[in-house]
Formats: sequence, structure tokens, C-alpha cells
Amino acid sequence: MSVPAFAELLERLVFTPGRNAKLALLRDWFATQPDPDRGVGLAALTEELVFTAAKPAMIRDLAAARTDPVLLALSHDYVGDLAETVALIWPERAGVNAPAPSLSEVVEALEVTPKAELPGLIAGWLDTLDSGGRLALIKLITGGLRVGVSGRLARVALAEWSGKPVEEIEEIWHGVAPPYLPIFRWLEGHAERPDPRDAPVFRPLMLAHPLEDRDLAALDPAAYRAEWKWDGIRVQLTAGPGGRRIWSRGGEDISGGFPEIVEAMDFHAVLDGELLVIRDGAVAPFADLQQRLNRKLVGPKMLRDYPVGVRLYDLLFEGGEDLRPLPFDARRQRLEAWVERHAPPRMDLSALIAFASVAQLSEVRDGARAASIEGLMLKRADSPYLAGRQKGMWWKWKRDPLSIDAVLMYAQRGHGKRSSFYSDYTFGLWRPVGGGGEELVPVGKAYSGYTDEELGWLDRWIRNHTTSRFGPVREVEKALVLEVIFDAAQLSGRHKSGVALRFPRIARIRTDKPASEADRLENLMAYVEAGPAAEEDAQ
Amino acid sequence: MPHPETWLRVLPDGLFCEPGGFFIDPVRPVERAVITHGHADHARPGHQAVLATPETLAIMRARMGEGAGVTQQAMRHGEVLQQGEVTIRLVPAGHVLGSAQVVMEWRGSRAVVSGDYKRQADATCLPFEPVPCDVFVTEATFALPVFRHPDPAHEVAKLLKSLALFPERTHVVGCYALGKCQRLITLIRAAGWDRPIHLHGAQQPLCRLYEELDIRLGELRPATVANKAELRGAIVLAPPSAIADRWARRLAEPVTALASGWMRVRQRAKLRGVELPMVISDHADWPDLNRTIDEVGAPEVWVTHGRDDALVHALAGRGIRGRALHLVGLGEDEDEAVAEAPEGTPAA
Repeated sequence: MSVPAFAELLERLVFTPGRNAKLALLRDWFATQPDPDRGVGLAALTEELVFTAAKPAMIRDLAAARTDPVLLALSHDYVGDLAETVALIWPERAGVNAPAPSLSEVVEALEVTPKAELPGLIAGWLDTLDSGGRLALIKLITGGLRVGVSGRLARVALAEWSGKPVEEIEEIWHGVAPPYLPIFRWLEGHAERPDPRDAPVFRPLMLAHPLEDRDLAALDPAAYRAEWKWDGIRVQLTAGPGGRRIWSRGGEDISGGFPEIVEAMDFHAVLDGELLVIRDGAVAPFADLQQRLNRKLVGPKMLRDYPVGVRLYDLLFEGGEDLRPLPFDARRQRLEAWVERHAPPRMDLSALIAFASVAQLSEVRDGARAASIEGLMLKRADSPYLAGRQKGMWWKWKRDPLSIDAVLMYAQRGHGKRSSFYSDYTFGLWRPVGGGGEELVPVGKAYSGYTDEELGWLDRWIRNHTTSRFGPVREVEKALVLEVIFDAAQLSGRHKSGVALRFPRIARIRTDKPASEADRLENLMAYVEAGPAAEEDAQ
Repeated sequence: MPHPETWLRVLPDGLFCEPGGFFIDPVRPVERAVITHGHADHARPGHQAVLATPETLAIMRARMGEGAGVTQQAMRHGEVLQQGEVTIRLVPAGHVLGSAQVVMEWRGSRAVVSGDYKRQADATCLPFEPVPCDVFVTEATFALPVFRHPDPAHEVAKLLKSLALFPERTHVVGCYALGKCQRLITLIRAAGWDRPIHLHGAQQPLCRLYEELDIRLGELRPATVANKAELRGAIVLAPPSAIADRWARRLAEPVTALASGWMRVRQRAKLRGVELPMVISDHADWPDLNRTIDEVGAPEVWVTHGRDDALVHALAGRGIRGRALHLVGLGEDEDEAVAEAPEGTPAA
């Protein structure tokens, strides 16, 4: 009964926006499903198992052989999605009483069945399933589940279900292949934790707390080291006899997207660093790095136009030696010596910033203008490398956000708990048009920063000042000014205004300010900093 | 024998039976109307004389008061009436309480106007009865082969399973106030749920009417006055338009469900922000539309509204002449309007 059970889970996950609800559904799956199907299902959800045995064309041909072509075309036109059309239209056959396949049966059969026999095999399975089961099967075997379950979310669910710390699960996760039987045995208390040995595994990253004013007052400058906080993506590089991997912050394997880095990882070590687009030694804005993210394959043009490198923060393992228990200063020395000795291409050291007092550090922070710098990192000199956020060990001290007064233009309803609230706001700034007039041009969208009271107020205001509706979107009178704060402004060819904001959020509702006095687009443009030119400030 | 085309005509006000001098489900006020059932797109206010089943008339009075018709004539199933030169009978359609097919005979030729109908079991109304005829006038709301409604008990089981998994959350189910709401209650009761079921204000009057007409719904409570704590883990039934609106905020972390035939297509459910789609419909699905047409054995089928293209094509393959009437104003009840974006205009 396992494909139907999986189909039920899939359907709930697809329609469930909330993280907590997703976790509850996954916990229920682990608690109720037998091995090996629960592991196979998990791997399929997180896309660690991806099948490409069946192409969409094969599925379409299967349906075409059993249905009227006109009705199939009308149905496809109506439903939109081919897999869903086939799942819904598949004619059920009276008298089929073969049981539905289990997930593991499907996986095994796909591996051993010759290509020519696949259509018959799949049609036989479809005959045993209902429409939900058919959709799950078709999505599974054509490699397109897309249910929004990250590996990280799945591991958090495993931790909640088993009571084991998520870090302990993450450390061995990539050393065990689906269906993860040794992991489930350990989590259920039937066996020791599996030992990944040489397999390249992800070690949970050490994270920083945001630095508040009261923490700053208590900070002993002599006990901390400072570095720039670069605006890229945090990565862990793992290389050795067992293979090479680039892990994202959440433990996803992103090696495939950055072949030039993998090629440069000719060493046996585990490193912590920031992945950045770097041209001629200068770090490009985050928008450039975005071009390289979420790609399974990269072409030569991407590699040339958006060259990436890794700025190294820390050394976790050298050879087989675990350096994580050592204090930061000792690890830093080992890192510097290691970089000196190996000089790996496409990698450099994150520089330490010397400072004698908090005041001096504050000046350094204020002086950093490059868009590629988010602020400062403060790391206690004696901090071991620990998983997760450890109070008082590492601090992140972001630059003060930039701010503009913008006019609310459109609002959209949110999801989940916010599904009845207009909680996503598109805001704009004035720019001149011919004839001396001015028009509003949208510059960004924000859906956070406000309090619950402010959200309620905004929702009412929007409902009372709507001028037109487009599905879930409302256009409003151009009369409300919002103070929007953001971390950086970057040029963007994809936005009508020519500029994109990093992390925009609502700081205040400015009922005191008439819309005509909101900022002009040129005020925002003054914040835009070209990456390379501003880089010298940052050094 | 006169072909029904000669005595049953499509006029701007709706389908008109000439020798009987009456309209069936007219869209504008007329002298004489026969009404198939109480949904707002079929039963409109302001007619002079209205003929319908006693239940449909009761529903019309509850919904539109004096607008239900200056003179109202109740006709039970099984009765026969001579109206002008035409003989009329009302035969159960299985759609909602009181719903009827209109069977008309004139000079030996018989036409059946089915109104809306379904073939699935429904504890709140009499089952559809096929009547052999020369022309069968059918709806085609779900006339695409992708629409095959599952067993509604299975859909209700999904709801109860979700309640077990999220016992703290209110499960609010969007359902049309007439018919779907009461059928859903009986399905939930049949699945063993005997706790109170809470109702949005808009669902209450018709539930009360159903109870007066002897359809047992168990303990019902208003959701508007209930406190939040009482609604934890409760089932609340509300109009589809309310489930994602301000009203739903009074509920405890609601799981939003929607009971509609359209929920079979994912994109439809996604558009509405529905977390728990329940495929429960009071309309015939594709196999039932085709089965019904075969059972009545009419050589000619007229399609009032819905996906007439697919149905007419399928009928042609079986040697049945299909004709699309393109009646305006039908298919506007909630169950069908659910396909639209929540607030009217489609997204730009």
C-alpha cells in the first residue's frame, strides 16, 4: 500500500504552506511507514533519489493509447500539466485486483527493467492505483516531485521524531545512502550511530548571533577577532579520498553548480568559507552570484561571466584530524599555514581586521560601503567550532540598513496564517515623466518587518483604499507612505526601475507624510554602489 | 410525432415550452416558471407563477421570501399535471433536496430537462431516476474525462485523518450553503464523527430548514459566537468565499479545506490557497454523465451549460446527436464559480 500512502503525503505537502505543518506530516510518515519505503520516500521528497527512466513523452503515449485523442487534448488544455492530465484521465480497468506497488518495488524494477519493457510495466502500475497514486507515480518516475521539502527540513523532522539532535543526524547523513536503514535503526534505538568513515559528509556549521547594543557594551575587544561578513553564500568544502563535495549552509550538496571549485579542491580537508562571484580580485554584488545559484548544470558562458571563488573563514579538518575542539586562534593559525602551503586556486583567506577598541571597530563598520559586505563578524578567540548558534561565541554585526520612504502601490494576500491578510507589499518611488510630471515606479516588494498590529492596520487600509483587483492582488490609492529599510541597492536589468533591493522590509508606516513627499528614484540610485569600484574602501 | 425542437425553444429568458406556456429555470422574471431546484442560478426571484417540488418551494421561500413567486404550486414526485397542452411530471434528480427533472410530453414526444443532477448516493435527497425520452437536456459542468469523482467517504476520511494529525487546529471546510453543506454533514456523521459541527452564519438557515424537513444533521453550533478554544480541533463549515477571508481569523490556526468537484485539479485548489482539497460534488462526473445519457436512451441530447465540446464529441462517437444550447446565467452557483480567482478578475 505504499505508493498510495506516499501519494497522500505528497498531496498534503503540496498544499501545505506552513513549516510546522510540513514537519508534522513528515514525522507521521516516519512513524507509520515500514522500511525500506519510508527511506525511499524521504529520498524522493528531498530529491536525493531522482529518476529519469520515463520521459514525459512516454507517459503521454501511454495515455494516448487508451483514450480518445480529442478528449485527451481538451483535457490537457484544461488541466495544464501533462502528468496530472494523464493521472486524472487514465481509464480504470474493471477487474484489476493486483495490489499497488510499494515504493521500493518501483525503484528496484526501474533499475532492472529493459527500456523496451518500461511502458508495459508503468501501465501495469497505473492500473493498480487511484488518481492520486497515479500522479505520485508519474511525478516520481519522471523526476519532478517539487514539493518544497529541503533535506534540512527532512532532517529536522527526523530529529523531532526521534529526539536525537539534528546536528548528530546531519553529520552522518551524507555518509549513508537511501533508504537510510542504518540511520533509521539508530534513530529508533536499535543500533549505534553509523560511522561514515571516509565518505564526504556535511558537518553542521557554526553560526553567529546578531549583535545587540547591550552585547556591544559588554564586549571585551581583546577577546574577539573581527572579519568582514561577505554577502555571498556560506559553504563547507569537504575533500579527501572519499570524494569532493560543496555543501550549502543547510547541508545540501551543491557541488554540481560549481565545477570550477570542485576542480580546485585537490586536498584532504574540510573548510568553512563564503562562496562569492569574484572578478579580478573584487567581490561582485550578490545579484551576480544569484545567476549561478540553483543550477544543476553550468555552461561555459556562465563560468566565464560569473566566475566564483571561496573566501576561507575556518579549517575544520586537516587530513583526518578534527580541529573543531581547538580554539579559534589555533585553528586560524592552522588555516593560514594551510593556505600558504596548498595555495588552492580560486580560494583566498578572509582577512582579520585589527582593532583596539569597540569604537574603532564601529568606525570600520560604518566605513564599509561595498555592497558585497554585509557587516562584520566577531569571533571569540577561544571559541571551539561548535554546531549551530552558540551564545556569546560568534556575533554578526550587520551594517545599519539603508532606508527610503516609498509609496504603497499593490498588496497581495499572504499564505498560511496570513492567508486572510494583505501582507505582501509592492512599493514605488517617484520619477519624472515628460511634461514636468512625475510617476511612481515600483522598486521592490516587502512582506516582513511590521508588527501584528501594523499588519492589521495595513490590511484594513488596503481593503478601504482598493482601486482595482487582479486575482489575489489589489491595487491601492497611491496615498500611503512606508519607510522601507534594506541592506543594499544593486543595479538590475530585470527590474523596471533598474534597481533591486536586498532584504527590503517595512520599518514604519508614515501616516504623517503625504505621498507626494515620498522619495524620488534618484534618492535610491544614490545608494547603488558598483561592486569593483567600492571594493577598495572595504579592504 | 413532433420533434422537441419544434416545441421547446431557447429564448433570451431561458428554455421555453411553447404548448405549455412556461419557462424552465428562467434567468429573468416571467409569467410562468417551472423550477428544477433551489440553487440561485436556477431559482431566481420575481416570477408570477412558480411550479416546483414542495422542498424546492420551501428553499426558495427561505432564500428570497416573497420573491419566491406570487403563486406557488407544489408538485410531488409521481404527480402528473396538465399545463396547456403539455403533460408535466417532476422526477428526482439527486442533486440537492427537492431537485427534480422536468418530464414533458406533447403529442407523443417526450423531453426531459434534468436541471443539475448526480448519480452518487446522497442521504439528503432522493436518487436520480432515468426516464427514457426523445430529447434529454443535460448539464455538462464536469464534462471532461479528467473529472471522476472519488467515493466521498474517502474524502471525508482525509478530513478526519487531518484532524487526528492536527488536533489543535480548526478545520474549516468551504462548501455551498444549499445541498453540499448538509450532504457533507451527513457524510461526516456517517464516518463516525458525533461531536458538534460548527457553522458559519450563512450556513445556518438552510441547515435549519433541512432539519424541519426531517433530515437529521446532529448537533450544530454557530461558529460565530463560539470561542476560539472551543473551535480547536473542531470542524467548521463555511461558504467557500469565507475560508480565506477575514472571518476565518477568529478560528484557531485554521486548516482550510474546500469540498468541490473542481478540487480534483491541483491548480484549482492552489489558486484558492486550499490546504485540504476534498473532491465532493453534487454534479455528475464524466462517467456518470455518459452512463445517464445511455440509460435514458435519447437519440438526441441538448447540453445547457458547461463543457459541451467534450460531451458533444463523445456522444457523436456513439451515434447520439448532441447540441450545445449555450444557456446563459447557468453554472454560476458557488460549486462552479469556485474555478474563478477569489475576487473576480483574473490575475493580470
